[in-house]
Amino acid sequence: MRPDAPYADPDIPENEARPTSECCLHLAIPGSMQAVRGALAQVVRTLALQGVADEQRGTVELVLAEVMNNISKHAYAGACGRIELDIARDGDDLSFSVVDDGRPMPCGVLPRGCAAELDCAVEDLPEGGFGWRLIRELTRDLVYLRIGERNHLAFRIPARA
Amino acid sequence: MKLTSEHRDDGLIVRVEASRIDAAAAVQFKDSMRRIVDGAPARVVLDLSQVDFMDSSGLGAIVGVMKLVCAKRRLELAGLTANVRKVFRITRIDTVITIHSTASEAFDGLKHAS
Repeated sequence: MRPDAPYADPDIPENEARPTSECCLHLAIPGSMQAVRGALAQVVRTLALQGVADEQRGTVELVLAEVMNNISKHAYAGACGRIELDIARDGDDLSFSVVDDGRPMPCGVLPRGCAAELDCAVEDLPEGGFGWRLIRELTRDLVYLRIGERNHLAFRIPARA
Repeated sequence: MKLTSEHRDDGLIVRVEASRIDAAAAVQFKDSMRRIVDGAPARVVLDLSQVDFMDSSGLGAIVGVMKLVCAKRRLELAGLTANVRKVFRITRIDTVITIHSTASEAFDGLKHAS
């Protein structure tokens, strides 16, 4: 995608572009971990072209990996499904929208992502539960909505240090 | 995922010859590590200097390997890139595992210390 012509992407009709933000990327992928890998590579390439620095690209890649692999593992739980990702540049931030048709979050709310209990013997250390900790630490304005049969997750990540 | 190993003094350096330990690679990584550490010396230093991306699944696999070896051996890490270091710092796993700047330093440092 050319950074100087963000509306030229045929996947994004002009009437969907919000006037205060610049459309950056729209992807619809199968909800499999391999497809997530491919999508992450595309996101990182696109952000590099748009001048987003290494560190922020690394943060975006990590957060999107956590979010989309969670959808693959838990919302779809191995079944087929689609993940839609929209990234927009909004001032100094990147804003993200991730939508899927999978199962809702347990109890309809996001996991709290508390710091793991590490004051224990090595054999009792947790091997999971780190994902939401990372997502919550690295994003702002994290919002989850269940609308009809779809999960909507929105958040922001600074585009600059 | 390719892992190579090199014996050094009282220990073993295991190098991850891949750029990602992610959700798609975590299970294979843990299985390969299980085979390598079986019969390894008391100290295993995992060199992550080629890994520029690790997610929570990759982190979980490393904690899994720590637990796997903890009865007889000790797992240490070396060569964390900036992105990988961030994952260890936020989750505070960097407080429960020894991290060296490079794999060589992991062994040289020990010599100087003794």
